Amino acid sequence: MSRMTNMDPNLYRKRRAINFLVLTGSVFTTLFGLFWLVWLLATLFSHGFQYLGLSVFTQPTPPPGDSGGLANAIVGSIIITLVGVLIGAPVGVMAGTFLSEYAIRSRIAPVVRFVNDVLLSAPSIIIGVFVYEVVVVPMGNFSGWAGSLALALIALPIIVRTTEDMLKLVPNTVREAACALGAPRWKVTVSIVFRAAKAGIFTGILLAIARISGETAPLLFTALNNQFWSSSLNEPVANLPVVIFQFAMSPYEDWQNLAWAGAFLITISVLVLNILVRTFLRDRK
Amino acid sequence: MIQTENSPGKTGKNLLERGFATVKNPAEQAAITLDLSSLPVKLSIRDLDFFYGSFQALHSVTMEIPENKVTAMIGPSGCGKSTLIRCFNRIYELYPKQYATGQIILDGRNILSPKEDLNLLRARVGMVFQKPTPFPMSVYDNIAFGVRLYENLSRSEMDERVEWALRKAALWKEVKDKLRQIGTALSGGQQQRLCIARAIAVKPEIVLLDEPCSALDPISTAKVEELIDELVADYTIIIVTHNMQQAARVSDFTAFMYLGKLIEFDSTDKMFTNPLRKETEDYITGRFG
Amino acid sequence: MNSTQKAKGAHPVKAGWIGQIADAVFTNLTRICAILVLLIILAMMVSLFIGAWPAFKKFGLSFLVSSEWNPVTEDFGAFVAIYGTLVTSVIAMLIGVPVSFGIAIFITELCPVWLKRPVSTAIELLAAIPSIIYGMWGLFVFAPFFADHIEPWISDNLGQIPLIGELFSGPPLGIGLLTAGIILGIMVIPFMASVFRDLFEVVPPVLKESAYGIGATTWEVIKKIVLPYTKIGVVGGTMLGLGRALGETMAVTFVIGNADRLETSLLMPGNTISSSLANQFTEAVGEMYTSSLIALGLILFFITFVVLSIAKFFLVRLTMREGTRT
Repeated sequence: MSRMTNMDPNLYRKRRAINFLVLTGSVFTTLFGLFWLVWLLATLFSHGFQYLGLSVFTQPTPPPGDSGGLANAIVGSIIITLVGVLIGAPVGVMAGTFLSEYAIRSRIAPVVRFVNDVLLSAPSIIIGVFVYEVVVVPMGNFSGWAGSLALALIALPIIVRTTEDMLKLVPNTVREAACALGAPRWKVTVSIVFRAAKAGIFTGILLAIARISGETAPLLFTALNNQFWSSSLNEPVANLPVVIFQFAMSPYEDWQNLAWAGAFLITISVLVLNILVRTFLRDRK
Repeated sequence: MIQTENSPGKTGKNLLERGFATVKNPAEQAAITLDLSSLPVKLSIRDLDFFYGSFQALHSVTMEIPENKVTAMIGPSGCGKSTLIRCFNRIYELYPKQYATGQIILDGRNILSPKEDLNLLRARVGMVFQKPTPFPMSVYDNIAFGVRLYENLSRSEMDERVEWALRKAALWKEVKDKLRQIGTALSGGQQQRLCIARAIAVKPEIVLLDEPCSALDPISTAKVEELIDELVADYTIIIVTHNMQQAARVSDFTAFMYLGKLIEFDSTDKMFTNPLRKETEDYITGRFG
Repeated sequence: MNSTQKAKGAHPVKAGWIGQIADAVFTNLTRICAILVLLIILAMMVSLFIGAWPAFKKFGLSFLVSSEWNPVTEDFGAFVAIYGTLVTSVIAMLIGVPVSFGIAIFITELCPVWLKRPVSTAIELLAAIPSIIYGMWGLFVFAPFFADHIEPWISDNLGQIPLIGELFSGPPLGIGLLTAGIILGIMVIPFMASVFRDLFEVVPPVLKESAYGIGATTWEVIKKIVLPYTKIGVVGGTMLGLGRALGETMAVTFVIGNADRLETSLLMPGNTISSSLANQFTEAVGEMYTSSLIALGLILFFITFVVLSIAKFFLVRLTMREGTRT
């Protein structure tokens, strides 16, 4: 200390005080942020457990003021989501493959990449309006297909993005090695690059499923809702998010309770999907 | 010590001062007194220029590579030796803005011709890279992958071929019980020999080795070198190496490259005992590079 | 020698042209899929424009500034919805940015190592929760709490301040612009906190270590090293968060009150573009009503497009700088 003759103890004290204040602030904001989120989850879980009974899974949605379950909505949701992914995933994987494997010589690639980001951040309700305009209006009625298509449009940019990112993680030397054996480019992509990035691509698709399984806004104008079991995707199909929306906004307590149960189910499945993705990625590392 | 990064102008001058000053045409620079007329020639390279965009990486390389011999390419980093062998199977075509001009004649055909079928070319000219590149599949499938591209073999024929390639690569004993294991689970040295086995399983005519031992430990290196000795009976081998002792040990002929030019090409014995060029001597004796 | 002879014979078995055709087919298939993404966006713009055209034709530019929204007289204007969208998003950013920032600092600089992973994971998982859950919680839990405990205090105290008092006066309804903004803010916190955390983590440790090495405090390192290094990224990340808030539907629709009158007070119900669509689109009768709603959608699409472009602009500059530095 004796060498630091010019040191100003007050300055140092002031610096430390500012540091302390700011860091306390940071801890406080973290607690503040987490506080709301914990409150939300706590409510959701307590209500969810409270109203989640066996009948939720066995009975279809009830008429106003009556008791019932969510069985048709759960099945409807699963079907619309899966069909949406089945439409979105192949297109998304192929488009992502183009961006990663063939785009270096292509001028449209940067445009596609930007446009994909636009689609990724486009408000989902706009996608609902779009599908309403191009599918529901010409078909003349709301339908499960329209809902699936809207969800596919939301899943698509996510899958494009993750596919491109994951394929780019495959080292170029592996591509070179496969080409050096005389393998045509498509074979290199399908047998080697896809195989190497398999887990990553799958992860992207899982993330997309997680994302669209809670989407409500685009379904309002497409799949709409159905109080009963649907026999085909050509008619409106019951689905959890829209049921939650309608039931929660209703004045009937039975409906509101079912909405909580549905919200709980959706949250749990989204969280489980995300945790799956995480463990999946960690195993790969 | 020449530091190309810091003083490019100076190194160029040094070269000129050392006896290149009177030579104007770069094609005439290479000192080749070698008489290959007694040997069958596998590849002949004529006036090969190579460009990465606007950067010229090879300047008018002309040389002939004899069949069923090991030819080593040596030279300091960035001299163009890897670039040169990447022309022999046109693997550079994977990237935009890389192109070669000149001629590379393989069995009487110019393989730089746009009409050349690249996949067939690459099936004839195998390549092993600096880092091991096992595919994310089983040891067996790693080898079978290339074979299946061009041959319809029965199950037992394929088993035979896989075993043959693994034996050739001196890997059979170590992996014969692990054929169903994923290739990436092998050790580094084993992975590299797997890659060699994979390359020769296709039965190419030429095998390009791009610094195949730089990522390996001494024992694995020794194994790969023994392997090269064995393979040369059936294949024309071209090896790029940083390691001059390795070039001296494994090769019949050696080419020394510097700054994108072929400086000297001769039998390995002569190159390492009595090189014509001062640069070659300096590099070989470790005075620069 | 024999083996190489055999190999030469074997190669033409699967002749090159099959490979070339397969290559062309596969490449073009991927290209078509990529172009499809482009076409989807174009189709979206075109269809929204066609749908919105009757409204634009009838009301012209005054559609943007008119605060009328009357389905009976078929007189529509976008101002109330645009105002609601902007106000709720600004409130969300006022809450979301500082809190997310604090969380990101906490995770990257302060948090003990054992806590880092759990907190990070929790934040990321929360970002994945569907927005309808936030909206529902807002309606059933937050709004009543807000009406009972916070809003009376706000209108009693802030409501008396001259000039800005108008914004904070009114009955404690629980639902309204302010509530919607707060719920939006809570919703974007996890998203923005993970974006900021990712940004702060790209700062090379060497830079931070050398600053600590000369005796800088944690805050000084953040202020002088981390922030300058990530500045443009923070702007980009904020823009991404803003884009989310502007387009968010469900978190808002539950608690905004679906009122089409322009109110000065933030405590009063209102509407955003997306909540107008969610509440009214399926019930809209008549061409002009539907068309006006689609016009609202087009405006929202345009706004989020601009915000995203700005975000991309900043984030691309950050990655470009990254590229040149390494």
